[in-house]
Amino acid sequence: MEHIKADVVIVGAGGAGLRAAIAVAENDPKLKVALIAKVYPMRSHTCAAEGGAAGVKTPDDSLEMHFNDTVGGGDWLCDQDVVENFVEQAPRELMQLEHWGCPWSREDDGSVAVRPFGGMKKKRTWYAADKSGFHILHTLFQTSLQFPSIKRYDEYFALDLLHIDGKCRGVVAMEMRSGRFFSFDSSVVIMATGGGGQVFPFTTNGAIKTGDGMAMAYRAGVPLKDMEFVQYHPTGLPGTGILLTEGCRGEGGILVNKNGYRYLQDYGMGPETPVGEPVLKTMELGPRDRLSQAFWHEQKKGNTVETPWGDCVLLDMRHLGAKKILERLPLVHELANAYVGVDMIKDPVPIRPVIHFMMGGIDANINGEAPMAGLYAIGETACSGLHGANRLGSNSLTDLLVSGKRSADHAIVYAQQASETGNEEVLKAQAEAIVTGVRELLQQGGSTETISGLRREMRTSLEEGAGIYRDEEGARLTCEKIAELRERYKGIEINDKSNVFNTDLQSALELRNLLDVAETVAEGSLQRRESRGAHQRLDYTERDDEKFLKHSLCYRQPDERPRVEWSDVLITRSQPGTRDYSGGKK
Amino acid sequence: MSRNPYVRPVSTTTWYMRNGRYRVYVLHELTSFLVMFYSFLTIFALSALAGSAERWDAFLASQQSTAMLVFHTLALLYFMFFQTFPWFKLAPKAMPVRVGERKLPESYIIIGHYVAWAVISIFIFWLAGVV
Amino acid sequence: MSTQIRDIELEVMRYDPEKDKAPWFQSYTVPCNEDWVILDAINYVKDNLDTTLAYRWSCHMMVCGSCGMMVNGEPVLTCKTFVRELPDKVRIEPLENFPIERDLVVVLDDVMQKLHKVQPYIIRKDDPPAEDQEYIQSRGKLAIFKQLTMCINCMCCYAACPQYSLNKDFIGPAALALAHRYNRDSRDQGKSDRLDILADHDGVWECSFVGACSEVCPKHVDPAAAIQQMKIDGAMEFWKQKMGIPGGKS
Repeated sequence: MEHIKADVVIVGAGGAGLRAAIAVAENDPKLKVALIAKVYPMRSHTCAAEGGAAGVKTPDDSLEMHFNDTVGGGDWLCDQDVVENFVEQAPRELMQLEHWGCPWSREDDGSVAVRPFGGMKKKRTWYAADKSGFHILHTLFQTSLQFPSIKRYDEYFALDLLHIDGKCRGVVAMEMRSGRFFSFDSSVVIMATGGGGQVFPFTTNGAIKTGDGMAMAYRAGVPLKDMEFVQYHPTGLPGTGILLTEGCRGEGGILVNKNGYRYLQDYGMGPETPVGEPVLKTMELGPRDRLSQAFWHEQKKGNTVETPWGDCVLLDMRHLGAKKILERLPLVHELANAYVGVDMIKDPVPIRPVIHFMMGGIDANINGEAPMAGLYAIGETACSGLHGANRLGSNSLTDLLVSGKRSADHAIVYAQQASETGNEEVLKAQAEAIVTGVRELLQQGGSTETISGLRREMRTSLEEGAGIYRDEEGARLTCEKIAELRERYKGIEINDKSNVFNTDLQSALELRNLLDVAETVAEGSLQRRESRGAHQRLDYTERDDEKFLKHSLCYRQPDERPRVEWSDVLITRSQPGTRDYSGGKK
Repeated sequence: MSRNPYVRPVSTTTWYMRNGRYRVYVLHELTSFLVMFYSFLTIFALSALAGSAERWDAFLASQQSTAMLVFHTLALLYFMFFQTFPWFKLAPKAMPVRVGERKLPESYIIIGHYVAWAVISIFIFWLAGVV
Repeated sequence: MSTQIRDIELEVMRYDPEKDKAPWFQSYTVPCNEDWVILDAINYVKDNLDTTLAYRWSCHMMVCGSCGMMVNGEPVLTCKTFVRELPDKVRIEPLENFPIERDLVVVLDDVMQKLHKVQPYIIRKDDPPAEDQEYIQSRGKLAIFKQLTMCINCMCCYAACPQYSLNKDFIGPAALALAHRYNRDSRDQGKSDRLDILADHDGVWECSFVGACSEVCPKHVDPAAAIQQMKIDGAMEFWKQKMGIPGGKS
């Protein structure tokens, strides 16, 4: 096995990973950065984000308002120090991106434009047409090319962390195209591997979102925080799960049921606003959890439209007119046309809630530090307490930048001061053990199970027991099912024995990660006996601040169900209140 | 260790037979042979002109034979369909024209080319005494 | 939308360098929904018929650029190619003009290196605006280069380009279009920095305006147009220098 020494190892080359890499390179060009990713940076799922990135821009807006919107949107599960830092850094980071060439859409006077978004009191979402994530990713990737201290290892699949005595010592990865194993030796590892939406059957997430970093940290003894909080994006295309940005609603799109009725007003988001004149934080611009939950209720009442891909509601954009749609939402128009055969200029589009984002992730603090020294987590992989129980749209793209930069700055200090050495033999053995594990997986016989079969069962089970609404029995069954699937995993056989680009092996490794993630989602869903934000229980319908104004921390216990502990939420300025999406008219 | 990327061979002589797009492209490029022919014809004409009145008259007569008239007509048509028309259609791509902040519609540029062609043609016919 | 099933026969190119001397074709019969894309059919093969098939894909919404392949001889995004538009027999091969790593996976080192080479980032000679101030860029100025920013690096253009097929040193459509994107961005001042690479004989002048790249581009970036515009830019720069006129801004 080859050993590669680096000062900072970053796993994942999406928005967060690239931002962190650039931050390290700018700050101290002498530090060697190893940027490892299982796909080329342009393929990272950041590219699929459409709507925009939030940051206070207009004079009538304030950091205080952005703070309150975020904490309220997160149903007060947010760590408020993190939110304070986030809203403060957001405008700076977004402006930095503009200086780096991001093609933000503009106002008439040539300044950067902002658009309304769900759950936000003021217009503060910076956007680049309806491809904001794509442009952010490409801007960061292209900017990163000017820093020679960033060495990229494209299509290297990270397997497991190296660690001794609670200190991070690097990561072992497999080069996809040769099957060779590499030990990246470093005191600092920044996890930026994204979320794990692929544990669910209907998701906007691409194939690569398999929670690799979360699983690696979990296996290394680091807890995963608030995993029960998974976000359903209200407007995904049925069948494929392809995302139709919240920007559709920001520009004035409305949601109607099969009777043409704007049903959201029945669920605390009224009164009905005039068509085409969206009012912030009301009706279609309410928060995502509420909108998705409204769908579930409408479905139960039989008000949804039947389509070949299942029950849907309708997103009506016709009143925007061709010009506005083609200028502001060209990608979305193309997607609806291509994948469900609907021209949104002429007809309403069938949509349904689909899994989009994981608020939960690796336990990280305001600096991205995980409970293991030298290990950092940023972006969707991390749970820093920023999003709380429900993320507001357009906060996560900004978070890539804010968390990427801040963690990198802290990681640099750590790397410069506390470089760990010693115990080389122990580390080598650890690395060898990881590789042996993979080789054994390759040789595993049995052939009683298939990767696709186990994956399907896992997804079905999660949708049933850990979907939009949960209950004790359903969640428990899912926990047991996942445990059963982990056992049955030992029965899969990898048919592809090649060393060269073995995607069969990759799928198996990803399934292993998915099962780890699924286990924590299920367990959290079971043990949080309250309803808050995106986690809704039919048997505990109210928020319980006394017992559960806490983060759940899920710890791995080999051969047993995981152990869940609870930690306090950091509250500074905003005491828990009620979330008001009634247009301010109570 | 076991990598062995396979390079699919590309024939330098028959690559253009691969698909319709390439075949049409080569038909465009074949107009270069016609250009070569007309270059030599021009040199020949100049040489005849610099020679004697008889040589010039003989040259003019040779170009008016049925065979040559057919050839010139076919050549003109080939030029039009495989050079002029496609080239005019692509012109706005190579030289987008901005008026203030807006882009001039492509059709304006294409029509502009045809108008210029017509004007220049009329001018040459007038020079030749045809008009 | 229809959910009828049609049996499609996929002829897929396979290549395992540890076993095969040369690529070969393997046939699979896939019952396809009429609203599927060909990527769905390939995923069906991998999930149900043959887990050893290797290929790249991710977003399934034409924005990540992973899934470019040759479908019946055309370089396309397989997540954008609808089964309803295909005949009963479909031939699937890795992107043309790239070495084959394994099955449908090609080696992309060359184009990655070229993307790097054209210096695709904002280069400033003057100071940028203050930290909290954006460059003022009107909608019209954004419109000049906006289409060029849409490139998803799928490399279908390289698969279509005959010049690239004959000369692997050619910088190629996507990389050149990316250079032009920055040259035309009002915030950039790096045109002269990029000139050497672009004006080199493997740069814009290797292009003979076949135009195949623009025809196959799934995002309508129009790299052919970009390259011709750069030729004109390059020529103007040359004459400006010859006549001693100081180089203008982009």
